[in-house]
Amino acid sequence: MRAYFGRRTTISASHRLHSGTLSAEENCATYGKCNNPHGHGHNYVVEVLVGGEVDAETGMVINLVALDEVVRARVVERFDHANLSLDPLFVNRVPTTENLCRVIFGLLKDALPDGELARVRVEETENNFFECEGE
Amino acid sequence: MIYLTRRATFSASHYYWNPSWSAEKNEQVFGRCANRNGHGHNYTLEVTVAGDVDPVTGFVVDLKWLRDVIEREVLAAWDHRHLNLDVPEFAATESTATIPTTENLAIAAWKRLEPSVHKADGARLSRVRVYETPEIFAEFRGEA
Repeated sequence: MRAYFGRRTTISASHRLHSGTLSAEENCATYGKCNNPHGHGHNYVVEVLVGGEVDAETGMVINLVALDEVVRARVVERFDHANLSLDPLFVNRVPTTENLCRVIFGLLKDALPDGELARVRVEETENNFFECEGE
Repeated sequence: MIYLTRRATFSASHYYWNPSWSAEKNEQVFGRCANRNGHGHNYTLEVTVAGDVDPVTGFVVDLKWLRDVIEREVLAAWDHRHLNLDVPEFAATESTATIPTTENLAIAAWKRLEPSVHKADGARLSRVRVYETPEIFAEFRGEA
């Protein structure tokens, strides 16, 4: 039977929303205080949902320890206590949470030992979140 | 189509053990969850029902009715119980067991709830999600 396993992880990171294709005035008008020059930070919650058959022997879609290791190696090590705006993946992308969500989906989708990545949800604050189910 | 979700909580103990494996393999795969004295969680059960809004009541289903279904079909059997020892769907034989993982809890809760929800006019069970902790959950959508 097909089920889904979800895991939530917190990362703390800074960013500045600034687009190289917009003027200073346009950046300020578009992003407001998120465009302040020295950036700011969030405690992001990254929720990873993995879909797949429930293994008859283990009762699991994916082993939590194995999933945690992939998320740690590919996402937490890269982004936790880091400045997203300086990461090579955001050189040509504004580090909005929409884009962070897409980037994390891309970092994880081929790295799971079991199941397939069904959705990545990133909560920037308690009041806003973004979801990506693939490209 | 509107989706309506009701949450409930229950507290239960369990352990993970596949009786067809050696003790060493159980400990290797399941880690601390294989401790035979068990351990417990405060679970949250989220039940999502899909349906059209009744033009007279404005409801998909009556939330009190759904609360009572969850209480009768799931909580009465699972709350403050040992899932391996007290709940029939997780009873082990000498060689087989449905291990009470979060995935299997979501499937088992679906099977308990679906017949009652199915009887409700126009509504259908859409999703059952079980949180083992605030950071770990599994969901079942009735897929084969």
